Order: sequence, then C-alpha cells, then structure tokens
Amino acid sequence: MIEIKNLHKSYPIGKDSLHVLKGIDLHIREGEFVSIMGSSGSGKSTLLNIVGLLDEHDEGDYYLNGQLIKNLNEKKAAILRNKFLGFVFQSFNLISYKTALENVALPLYYKGVSRRERLKTAMEYLDKVGLKDWANHLPSELSGGQKQRVAIARALVTKPKVVLADEPTGALDSTTTDSVMDLLKDINDEGMTVFVITHEEEVAAQTKRVVRLKDGVIISDELTKKATQSA
Amino acid sequence: MFDLDRWREIFQSISKNKLRSVMSGFTVAFAILLFTLLFGVVNGLSNTFKEAFADDAMNSIFVRVWKTSKPYKGLQTGRRIQLKNKDYDFVKENYESKIEHLTARIYRNVNISYKNKQDNYNLRAVHPDHQFLEKTIVDEGRYLNDRDLKERAKVIVIGRLIKEDIFGEKPALGKRVNMNGISYKIIGIFSDDGNDNEERIVYMPVTTAQMLYGNNDYISQINVGYNPKLNLDQAIAFGNKIERDLKKKLDIHPDDQSALRVRNMAEANKGVGQFMGILYVLVIIIGSGTLIAGIIGISNIMIFVIKERTKEFGIRKALGAQPSSIIGMVVQESVLITTLAGYLGLSFGTYLLSLIGNSLEEDYFIKDPSVSSGIVIGATITLILAGLIAGYLPAKRAARIKPIVALRAD
Repeated sequence: MIEIKNLHKSYPIGKDSLHVLKGIDLHIREGEFVSIMGSSGSGKSTLLNIVGLLDEHDEGDYYLNGQLIKNLNEKKAAILRNKFLGFVFQSFNLISYKTALENVALPLYYKGVSRRERLKTAMEYLDKVGLKDWANHLPSELSGGQKQRVAIARALVTKPKVVLADEPTGALDSTTTDSVMDLLKDINDEGMTVFVITHEEEVAAQTKRVVRLKDGVIISDELTKKATQSA
Repeated sequence: MFDLDRWREIFQSISKNKLRSVMSGFTVAFAILLFTLLFGVVNGLSNTFKEAFADDAMNSIFVRVWKTSKPYKGLQTGRRIQLKNKDYDFVKENYESKIEHLTARIYRNVNISYKNKQDNYNLRAVHPDHQFLEKTIVDEGRYLNDRDLKERAKVIVIGRLIKEDIFGEKPALGKRVNMNGISYKIIGIFSDDGNDNEERIVYMPVTTAQMLYGNNDYISQINVGYNPKLNLDQAIAFGNKIERDLKKKLDIHPDDQSALRVRNMAEANKGVGQFMGILYVLVIIIGSGTLIAGIIGISNIMIFVIKERTKEFGIRKALGAQPSSIIGMVVQESVLITTLAGYLGLSFGTYLLSLIGNSLEEDYFIKDPSVSSGIVIGATITLILAGLIAGYLPAKRAARIKPIVALRAD
C-alpha cells in the first residue's frame, strides 16, 4: 500500500538546510495498523506529511497504492488525497462555521458527490462514531473527543485506502484517548490501513506495528503484542 | 457555469461570517453611493443649464439695432439705425448655405377684444421660419405660412394663455377677434417651453404688419438659425461675419457696439459647454478616485480575509480541494459581495437623487439630478471587475501555499 525507498527530505533554514529524513525505507501493507514513534524533531511528522502528499520529498521513491509519486502538481495531489487518503489531525482541523455533518460531508463535495448522497453518507459515518445526535452542532459546541471523532468520520467518509493520523490523541485526556484509539482499532479491524504518529508509548502499544524514528532514521521496526495476539 | 453546491458553500461562508462580509460590502456600497450622488448632482446642474437655453433653438443668432455711438464716414453719433426688408434679403442671399432658418421680427403692443373680453398683448410679426427658431409648438390649427405672407393675410396665431384669457374653455380656432380696430382670424394656437410670457404672444405675418402699421418695410430684428452642421467655432465666426457685413452695409463704425448688436447663442453655448466640460472632467477624476478608493478598500479586506482563511483552505486542500476550486470560491464570493453591495449603493444613491428631485432647483440650480444608464452599466462592470481582481490575486497566492504550511497557519 505504502512503499518508501531511501527517502530524504531537507528544509532550508536561512543559508543552511536541515536534513530531516535521512534515508527512510518503509513498507506498509494493506490492512496494517502502524504507529510511528519518536520524540519531537525525529522527523515523524515530516514523514507523515510526505506520505499524505501534503509535502514533497527530495530524494528516493514513494509508491502509494502502487503509483509512483513524483512531480505532482497541486491538482493531481488534491485528487490523490481525496481518493486514497483520510486525515486525522492533532488539532482536529474542523471548519468552524460548518456543522459536524457538513464537516464530514466536505470531502465528498470535492469528490463530486451529490448533496443528498453526501449528507446521507456523512450521517452514516457520524452514526458510526456515535455522534448522530450531534450532527447539527458546530465544532465549538463539541468536546475534544467528540471533535476528533467527527474528524475521524470525515477521514473515513470517502472510503480511503489509508487513514493518516498525526498525533490524534495529542490534545485529548486519557479516557477520550482510549475511545479514539478504540475507534481507530475498529476501523483497522474492518480492513482499513491506519497510520498513526505519536510520541505516547501507550498509544503506540495499541497498534500492531511500531516504527521508531530517531534523528531522521528508523532505529527499530517491530510487531507489538496486539499483533501477535490477534494473529 | 452554475454550480449550486458552490453557491451553497459561498452563501454559507458569507452568512456565517457576517461582519467580514458586511465590512467588505460597505466599502464598495459607500464608494458607489458617493459616485452616484456626485454624478447625479452634476447631471442636475447640467439639466438646469440646458433648460435655461431650451426655450429658444440652440443655434440662434439675433441681430438688433439701436443708435450709433461713434461717428462714421461723416455721419453723426446718435443716428437711429433701422433694419429693412432689404437687410433681411441681404442676409438671406449672402449666407444661404450657412442658414437653416431665417425670420424677421417686428414688435408691437396690441389690444385684443372678443365679445366682452379684452386685454393687451405683445405682438410679433414674423416669417414662417420663426416657429423653428422659437421652438413654438402648434397645439391647434397651423402656424403662419408663405401664402399668408404673400397675401398679407389678416391672420394670427395666439398663445395658449391668450386663448384661456379671452375664450376660456370655448373653442378659439377660426374665430375672428378685434385687434386695434382690425378683424383677424385665429388660425392657430400654440404653446412654448419657455415661461408664461412666451404663451401670451400673438404672431402675425411680417408683411401684414408692415402694411397695416406704417406701410413701410421696416423690421425690428433679424433672427438667424445657423446650419447645425457648423461647429461652435464656425458658428461664432459666422455671427461675427454677419455683424461685420451688416455694419458695412449700414454705414456703422466697425467698433460701434451700440448701433448693431449680434447675440450669438453659439458663444453662450461654448461658454456653458466649456464650463460643463471642466465640471465633468473634475467629476470623473473625483468619481474614479472614489471608486478606486472603494476597490482598494475591498482588496485590502480580501487580503485580510484570505489570510484569516488560510488554515481553512489548508483543511479543504487536505480533504481534496483543488487550487482552482479554492480560487473559484473566493472570486465568486468577492464578485457576489461587490456586485450586491454596489447595487445597493447605486439603488440608495438613485433613491436619494429622486428624493432630491427638483427641490434644489431654486437655490442650487440642480434640476432632476439622476445618473444615466450608461454610467450605471459602466460602474457595475467596474465593480464586477474590481471584485474579480480583489478576489483573484490574493486567492491565487493562498491557493499556492502548500497545504502543510496552510494547516500550520492560525
């Protein structure tokens, strides 16, 4: 599903450049539940942004769903994101003036789905994350955990190949963290590839494979107990 | 391309962000309001000037005579000058190609009586062309014609108000009235756009007047309507030439301003035209300045709005929005706001102008201030273009920002 070979990424800082990713090799198959662990500055967010087509890599090859990602213009990247990827962000990134239902339906708008169909599908996914009764509330009227569940519903609504979650629990307390992780696990159980970035061991422990990143290189890549349990 | 979903997005964005929409709309509405009022008031001034000259044809030249004020060729000061038929014929023959209409005038005061009613009125004995020079509107019957002149017919054309004075509601056409002891037939009744006095005048053939009042060939005045194909400068030159030639013919000193006077509407027109021209140039400068200020206002607000929405655009892009869809949305929203606000400003402006109406005519010479449809259309197109540019430039820049950068913005 995701295949990365010898990936490099630098950011220019003044005259110098900061070498963030120094040759990453990673292969994630369909249906995996992977977490990337690392302290801040380890390059994990950069990796996710590149995987999510929000940023471009400098060197190396990246295949998404078998397709080589190279020299994408904004338009092509937008189409691929809409088709293959679902995003969950640490800060939720809901549009503040749209209701929960409208936020969930938005990716379908960019996919060209009719309004009636959009709202129907969005309602199904809101129901799935247990927020059907909150469909017509604005994000400001929801709790952090509820917001993140809306964001997850939004990430799932286009039936993407991969869900990318950047610190999905970073802004949540421990109880809501558990409920969000349970939700991601359920999604994975249904066969969806889920790719989580975190710096919390407890969160990583609930995934099936943990990739540890330090200073732009992978230092370990191992399956967790969960994986062996379910296997 | 009409995309209902796009419009829904835009209406939601506008209605959920009322303050910012009202702010950007207000700048444009206010600019257009000022623009409309400015143009309307100047048009009102222009209307007043046009009205002041509307009574008589704009292409008139009047020739009048009085006493000489300078000795010339051995003739004394204070000599009374008299225009005669031969002077009329001289003008007619010499300048035929430059003349559209030509008439002589003889002034008299007359007393009209009919049955038991009578009153005093001004009489003008004229040629048929007088109708066009004075813009006389014949309501009933007809005006004087060449046959009346040839036959020295005892016929008159009377003003609408004379008819009211003497006949009231009863028909006057074809009736005979007694005018200073002689019976005349009323062959026409006229009205005039000038003041009421113009509608209390009696017209009769110039030849009839010459026969009955003194049996001579005297005339009081010659009115020329110059060929409208002449431009103002040519018309002024023509007036000067008539003055020179007639002075020479009548043995008047070329610099004698008292003996023969030529009043040329072209000169007045030129003055008014220049004045209005300068006024319009000023208004166009100030008006476009106002519009530009409005456009800059909305551009500033759009730049701010788009900066504020950068994160939203980042989210939309992460969810699959293409740059063109973001640009399209912003531009459409901006055009919608400018057009609506501009229309509001325009409507309010025209409404205010209609409220003013003719109420400022007496004191400020502003009559019926209004804006022409050409200006309205021009201003609307300017607005839509302004909205396009004000939205497009910052939106294009915002759409180019990488989603990762946009998402980080606050």
